[in-house]
Amino acid sequence: MSSQLTVHLSILLFWPVAFATLGALAPRRVAPVLALIGALIPLGYAVLLLIDFDAGRSGSLQYVTDAEWIPDLGVRYKLGIDGLNLWLIALTTLLWAFSAVWVALRPTERPRLFAFHLGLAETAVLGAFLAQDLLLFVLFFDLMLVPFYFLVGQWGGPARVGATIKMVIYTLVGSLLMLAAAVATGVLAGEQSGSELTFVMSDLVRTSLPEDTQRWLFVAFALAFLIKMPAFPFHGWMPDAYRNMPLPVLAVFSAVLSKVAAYGFLRIVLPIFPDASVDFQTVLLIVGLVSIVYGSAMAFTTTEVRLILGYSSIAQLGFIVLGIFALRPEGGQGAILQMVNHGLVVAPLFFIVALLSERSAGSESIRDMGGLATRGPVLASLFLIIALATLAIPGSANFAGEFLILLGVFQTKLVIAVIAFTGVALASVYMLRAYIRTMHNRTPTNVASSDLSVRDGVVLVPVVLVILAFALYPQAALSDGEGGVKAAVRSAQAVSEGKQNPATAASAAPEVTP
Amino acid sequence: MTPKAPSIDFAAISPLIALLTGACVVLLLGLLRSRFARTQLVPGLTIVTLGATAGLAIWRWGENTSVLSASLRMDDLTLALTLLFVAGAIATVLLAWRGVAPREAGHGEFYCLLLATVLGMVVLVAAQNLVAVFIGYELLSIPLYVLCATELRREKSLESGLKYLIIGSVGSATLLYGLSFLYGATGSTDFSGIAAAVRVSDVGDDVLFLTGIGLTVTGLAFKASVAPFHQWTPDVYEGAPTPVTAFMAVATKAAAFGVFLRLFDVALIGTASTWAPALAVLALITIVVGNVGALGQSSLKRMLAYSSVAQAGYMLAGVVVSTQLGVQAVVFYLAAYLLMNLAAFAVIVVRERETDLGDDMAAMHGLGASRPWLAWPMTIAMLSLAGFPATAGFFGKINLIQAVVENDYAWLAVAIVLGSAISLAYYLRVIAAVWMRAPGETGRARAVPARLAASGRPLIAGGAPEADEAGGSRAAGDRSDKEPGAHAAGEGRAAEGPEPGGLPDPGHAAAAGRTEAADPGPAPAASAGSALGRLRQPEVVFVALICTVGTLFFGVYPSPLLDFARDAGDAFTNLF
Repeated sequence: MSSQLTVHLSILLFWPVAFATLGALAPRRVAPVLALIGALIPLGYAVLLLIDFDAGRSGSLQYVTDAEWIPDLGVRYKLGIDGLNLWLIALTTLLWAFSAVWVALRPTERPRLFAFHLGLAETAVLGAFLAQDLLLFVLFFDLMLVPFYFLVGQWGGPARVGATIKMVIYTLVGSLLMLAAAVATGVLAGEQSGSELTFVMSDLVRTSLPEDTQRWLFVAFALAFLIKMPAFPFHGWMPDAYRNMPLPVLAVFSAVLSKVAAYGFLRIVLPIFPDASVDFQTVLLIVGLVSIVYGSAMAFTTTEVRLILGYSSIAQLGFIVLGIFALRPEGGQGAILQMVNHGLVVAPLFFIVALLSERSAGSESIRDMGGLATRGPVLASLFLIIALATLAIPGSANFAGEFLILLGVFQTKLVIAVIAFTGVALASVYMLRAYIRTMHNRTPTNVASSDLSVRDGVVLVPVVLVILAFALYPQAALSDGEGGVKAAVRSAQAVSEGKQNPATAASAAPEVTP
Repeated sequence: MTPKAPSIDFAAISPLIALLTGACVVLLLGLLRSRFARTQLVPGLTIVTLGATAGLAIWRWGENTSVLSASLRMDDLTLALTLLFVAGAIATVLLAWRGVAPREAGHGEFYCLLLATVLGMVVLVAAQNLVAVFIGYELLSIPLYVLCATELRREKSLESGLKYLIIGSVGSATLLYGLSFLYGATGSTDFSGIAAAVRVSDVGDDVLFLTGIGLTVTGLAFKASVAPFHQWTPDVYEGAPTPVTAFMAVATKAAAFGVFLRLFDVALIGTASTWAPALAVLALITIVVGNVGALGQSSLKRMLAYSSVAQAGYMLAGVVVSTQLGVQAVVFYLAAYLLMNLAAFAVIVVRERETDLGDDMAAMHGLGASRPWLAWPMTIAMLSLAGFPATAGFFGKINLIQAVVENDYAWLAVAIVLGSAISLAYYLRVIAAVWMRAPGETGRARAVPARLAASGRPLIAGGAPEADEAGGSRAAGDRSDKEPGAHAAGEGRAAEGPEPGGLPDPGHAAAAGRTEAADPGPAPAASAGSALGRLRQPEVVFVALICTVGTLFFGVYPSPLLDFARDAGDAFTNLF
């Protein structure tokens, strides 16, 4: 099965940017069609891959594309899908299609250039998920930021230039350190194993670097990923960037880019630096915990709707960090599930922000909103579904994800799990506050409540349907992801259990069947 | 016994002969009275000469021969760098074709000096002998001093030439002093002799020898703009005519690093443990100074000057490691650096001739909307200089990082990436100016005291009098411009960062500091973006486009350039 389909991942990867370039050069009338095709075909591809994926072998790479690219530097062009990135790729293509339809139905200025940058961004993100070579991953990770620099700087809000430069520099400090660490990893691993220089992840996983080397490499990678997510205390770039980003861009940025960072932990950091992961486990768990508490607290005190969602993202990513650094398969699976869930809920939420602000005379502060449900029952229902999913109401897929994460953390660090449980309650507070303040209560004078138009429904309803479907059957993602997560977490888990229990160092983790 | 004439391998030195012949022919042709001969034939023949040199270099590729009593070695490194010099020189000819400098200084003279400089560079990187090094160094430098001053009626240009002459002479005197100490300590002027002496005896610890190394490094650091001997770079780059600045930025740097590689990786490699840590520290200082210095600049040429200092720091890290990979990394980076810089300078040249803002960042405002053919080259050049993926600069940095990490200089790798992170601040500002600002919009105070403008004293930042270049090319004949300051009227400049050097300027303290006052100052500055209209300069735009395409191509598929660099590195036989 895998050898026949090797070219498909490259098509999936480069299709968005190819059509975006065509769209940028095409006549004005053809351009929106090209942009839509550029976003919808990858979605179709991803769905086919979902159906065709063999969950039984999810721990190993499928649909592998492996070609020589730069032999002098040891970089190979290697793409592959396994349990870790399958659903994330599906999420990426779905949300970019969502954004493309949004932009097609609510056009912006200079739409061709806008679509070009969005397409380039989708290719870069897909590349980061698909890459199986460390330098290829770093290349796409750094490339991800370039189109967003332009999207914010040219189409953003009033303080856009400063916000975008701050965002790019803040993120790139970490990413450039990661570049140095990635090159060092390849070089040192090559020296250690005596073989020639290679950056292919599967080869790097096999070599075991000395512990102190692992430590500083871990720090560089962790810094890059924590800044990207963002996690407390590296979230300084978030408020301005979120305030000034155009909403369609913000939807994919918040939903997908943060997941690349979390995925990076599972794909690179845990398998290649297991000893350092165990050494820094407590630190990272505390970072996740503080992110949850801080993000939730800020989310239910701020009045700007965008920042409510921004801080809630910090909190949700905090949960994902907890799941990853529980260093157990349950935690990892919960993390993957939550990555998909959070993406699915936050993107339509930003669309709803656009709808809310339209109805509130352009304001995005919840002080100026209220009573929007009175003449907008459909909008209110959809918003309620998404809001309940975000706060992880039992019955939603988010609940399954958070349950797994907390289960994983419970088994390793009890205290942190107990404190993290409060995060679940806090999520309810900020999400319900946002819903009630905007949808219920009295209607202020300059607010005009109206229902969802068909045009807006075309954008919103598909994603809500996906959320509902996922809520009914999250097992789909869990069974696909199980093998991949187990493989990713295996060495770190072994080191961690070895340290806790030197006598029974080889005890296996209990199987997870939620 | 019949004395035998020494055999000269003419085929091997054919690139040098081509350059010399071309220089003489061009100089003579410049004496013709016909306007066509002077303005079209002379530059055309210059390009033909450079093309012939490149062709001969490619013809001789792979044949590593020592010529002229082993004083020069025409091997792959020499030929690779020759190709880089020729590429830079051809671009310079294209940038200068419609420029003011050849017209004012005489076409024949200008292009002859350019060819002579290239000749000096080839001799310098081919040198295997201390005397040949000095000959090459001087032959490279002296025409360049004059070239900097060729915009005869612009005071900043003359100032830059004079400054370069004085400081460059100090540099070459230091170099000569150091070379003489090396000779004194080892008894030989040949690199092989020096290497043998270091290997055989313990002259590597001799004070005379170490002093010689120190002075030699100083002399070469002047040429390569390595801190703390970089002080001349911002002023000279800013004052010189932009095509000459472009040439200096790319070709002189390549020549300087070529001789760094030769000297330190051939002659002095035995004492690497002595000089390598010192050079590594110099590299670190250079990276920091270059990046920090560029942060506050509003003049693009000054900013690119500081950025070239920082890039010199990155490349010096590649020299430090003295390995095959290090040499390959340096040559690759020099080639990538040539492409990115030429694209940026080409756009600056076009805008200088179209607006009266000179090389100020304000000349870039609004390019994204109105001139995409200029906006994209500048954007990609800046992204590549910062090391973003999908550009040649990304792989250049990766190559350098690989080279230093493999040789236990991991802290230099961290310095390189942190320097790149700092550099983002100024490179992104340029991109923001191109895409995110409307023409005429300024973010800094631009007040100029009226007395300063009227006095005709040059302002610190930017060469506003480039305007006479554009005006002159449209007027029938030359137009002498007695008051460069008059053109600068109405254009304030934000004060520079802490700058040593520069003419003492009474307005310097008076000119507004970096305050965020939005007042654009007198009206002409605000409308400057469209002041002089568009000129047809296809050859300059061509340079920009071809360098951009090269940057992107090698960013996606760097292998050809890596092979090219590796062949150059293979010329060294005794590396680590």
